[in-house]
This record gives sequence, structure tokens and C-alpha cells, in this order.
Amino acid sequence: MNCKAIVIGTSAGGVEALKIVLKDLEPNIKLPIIIVIHIRERTEGFSKIYQTLNRLTVKEAEDKEEIKDGVIYFAPSNYHLSIEDDYTFSLSLEEKVNYSRPSIDILFKTAAEVYTDGLLGIILTGANSDGALGLKKIERLGGRCIVQDPKAAYFDIMPLSALKYVPSSKLMSLDSINRYIKKLGGDNL
Amino acid sequence: MDQKKLLEIENIELKLLIDAIYLSYGYDFKNYTKSHLKRRILRRVKLENLKSITALTEKILYDKDSLDQILLDLSINVTEMFRFPEFFKDLRKDVVPLLKTYPSINIWHAGCSTGEEVMSMAILLKEEGLLNRASIYATDINKKVLEIAKDGIYRVEDVKKWTNNYQEAGGKKSFSDYYVAKYDHAIFDQDLLKNVTFLEHNLVIDKTFINANLIICRNVLIYFNKKLQDQVLELFEESLIPGGIIGIGSKESLKFTSVNEKFKSIASTTKIYKKKIGC
Repeated sequence: MNCKAIVIGTSAGGVEALKIVLKDLEPNIKLPIIIVIHIRERTEGFSKIYQTLNRLTVKEAEDKEEIKDGVIYFAPSNYHLSIEDDYTFSLSLEEKVNYSRPSIDILFKTAAEVYTDGLLGIILTGANSDGALGLKKIERLGGRCIVQDPKAAYFDIMPLSALKYVPSSKLMSLDSINRYIKKLGGDNL
Repeated sequence: MDQKKLLEIENIELKLLIDAIYLSYGYDFKNYTKSHLKRRILRRVKLENLKSITALTEKILYDKDSLDQILLDLSINVTEMFRFPEFFKDLRKDVVPLLKTYPSINIWHAGCSTGEEVMSMAILLKEEGLLNRASIYATDINKKVLEIAKDGIYRVEDVKKWTNNYQEAGGKKSFSDYYVAKYDHAIFDQDLLKNVTFLEHNLVIDKTFINANLIICRNVLIYFNKKLQDQVLELFEESLIPGGIIGIGSKESLKFTSVNEKFKSIASTTKIYKKKIGC
């Protein structure tokens, strides 16, 4: 299976977890990495944290922006992020889902419909159950699912609920997820 | 059945529903953002305990009330007073001085929803001594939200939350000067709305009706695809006088749209633009 895009969802503990997952990625990764993280602050300055960790472009996803390979996108705070059939982003202000906006479920479900079996969904540490239904949708449409090993996660609620919905998910540590993504880049060359 | 095939069928059903609404009632949602349409429609299917989008299509075709419900579902009526206070702060700082140079001012709030932003604007204009020379046209596709906007009555617990916004937006008085709290409602001073005309207007099919000095349309364009965004922005451009101002949502932009050349940005983070003279 050729992987065309990666979506990542995380909440409490996610800022630190992502530092490991996104470390030292090289631009040979020929796919976009799209991330929803629940945080209170605005995300504008946020991408700077990750910009220094790797050689990919890190930015906030913009409405109607074309999705490009080799770029790491973050959902802007307070907006839901969706993916459209023409591989562009769209933003929305509708009500919160799982008490969250942006919602991981919304990103994962729309990404699953567009990338179907070319999608990799990853759930990391978090203190609520957002993302579980989205991961289920990815699995149904033939995509790959990875969940951070709950035993090693800072908060295990999010990984555990993801596992409940998608028991066949691959359990991995943050380091092995990082290696997996790097290898995926090589595979796609 | 194969999940991919099911997805394909669901997308066909969605297209048929959009066509049915258009053919039967004239509301055109073809160029709305698809993910948004689909999420709202599937939510309605679930709430009504229906089996599929097709069942909803049937319901809408035979029952006009169901259409009104869908119109409500499709417009996102999540709003607050002085939302994103920096926007109103910049309006005060960068736009009010310009408005003061006009003997009369036309303002268009497009997609005004339940009227919170119109009320915010009226308060700002009053504090700047401009309310009496302003004519405000507040439009929405949806009759029901306009009724709420006209009343100017909001839940007191919401209004209290908006007090912070008002202060951060540079409000000059106490926010509670503008309303009377009665039980769990806050009734706003009707005098603020005396120069406001509420109108049903559909941005997709209706034409311009105004020579505006200022147009406010925040967080409406994100629900449209690129083609419709361009079309609506061209309508705004046509409705603005040269040197007129437009304010859009903080995550919206004129960059990459068909009207970009005709405007210059005057407040980049708060997305306030001025129509170039000679355009």
C-alpha cells in the first residue's frame, strides 16, 4: 500500500509527544502530515516549536489551501479542520465535537473519505476520547492505524478509547512511530 | 457491502439532495464546502432517525418545514458580541476616522445570523458619535435568525461572557449600560437598532442593493468553495464605494481570490481591507 498522507491526533501531553514523533524528519517524506492538537493557546507561534526539529515546512493550515507533500500542517486553534475532495483544507466554526474544536474526529473522518486506503492515522497521548470514531472510519476505508502504547502514554484515555474502537491498531512507542514515519518516506521515494 | 462503495453511494445521495433542494426551492448549495454540507446533512439524518440521505431528500421534497430546518442546519449560527475583540479595536483605530469624514454611512452586515455582531457595531458607532448618520443593512439567508436579531434579546449568561470582549475591544462605558437584565434574559436598548434594516438576502443568487462604505462578513466565506468565494467577494467589491472597507474572518483572506488586486490590507491580523480608489 502506498501511503499518501498522515493524520495525527493528540491532546494532553501532545506537545512533548510530537517533539519525538516529528524529530529529524527529512524532506524526502513525500506526503503531508496533518495534525490536530487540543491546546488553549493560539497555534501561530506554536509551529515554531517544531520547525527547529526537522527540515520540513511547518505551518498552520489555511482555508482553501492546497495540501502539499513534505509539509507539516497544524489545525488552527478554535476551528475545525476538514479535507476536501480536491485535496484542499477547509475550516469551520460549527459546534464543538467531543468538547473540542478543532476535533480529531472531524479531521480523521474527512481525511479518510479523501485518501481512503492511502491514509495513515495516528493517535497519541490525550485525556479525552476524541479521535476514536475518526480512527474507526480510517480503518473501515482501508487505511492504516497506529496508537501510542497506552502504557507509555502521558495520558492513556485517548489511546485506550482509540483501541476500543479499532482493536487491530498497531501499538507503538513514540520512538518507533518516529522511525516508522521516516521509513515511510523512504518507501515512497 | 464494500465500504468504499458505500461512501460512493453516500456522496451520490448528497448530490441528489442538493439538486432536489435547488430544483424544488431555488436554494443553491452546490458551491458550499462539501465536507461541511455532508456533516450537517448526516447530523440531520441522525437526529431525525432516518435511514439515509435519500430519506431526508424525500422528506424535504414533500414538506416545506423540513427545508427550513435544513436552512438553519446549514448556516452556522455560532456567534458572540465583539467576537475576536482585536477586530473591533482595529475598526475603532483604523476605520472610524475614515467613517467620520462621510456625512452619511452605509454599512452592510452580510450573513448577520442572530445579530450579535450588528449590535456590537451599533454600540461602537454610538460611542464614536456615528450611529445617527449610519444606515445599517443586516442580511441573512435565514428568516428565523433575523427574527432573533430584530428582538435584540439574548441570554444573560452569554451576555456576561461578552463583557470581557467588549472591554478588550476598547469599549468606553460599562457594557451593562446597553441592556436591561430581566430574569435570564438581557434586553438590549432598541434605540441601538433604530437605523438597522434586517433583510433576507441570499449571497449566492441575490444581487447588490447598496453603495456601502463598510461591509462586514466574518466567518461566512469559509463555508463556500473557491468559486463561490470569488463570486461573493465580487458582489462585495461591486457594492463598495471606492475607498470602502471590508472586514472578514480572522482565518479568511483575500489572498488567492479574484478580487485581491482591487484591495489593500489595512490591518493584516484582523483582516480589514480597503478598496483601492480607481477600481
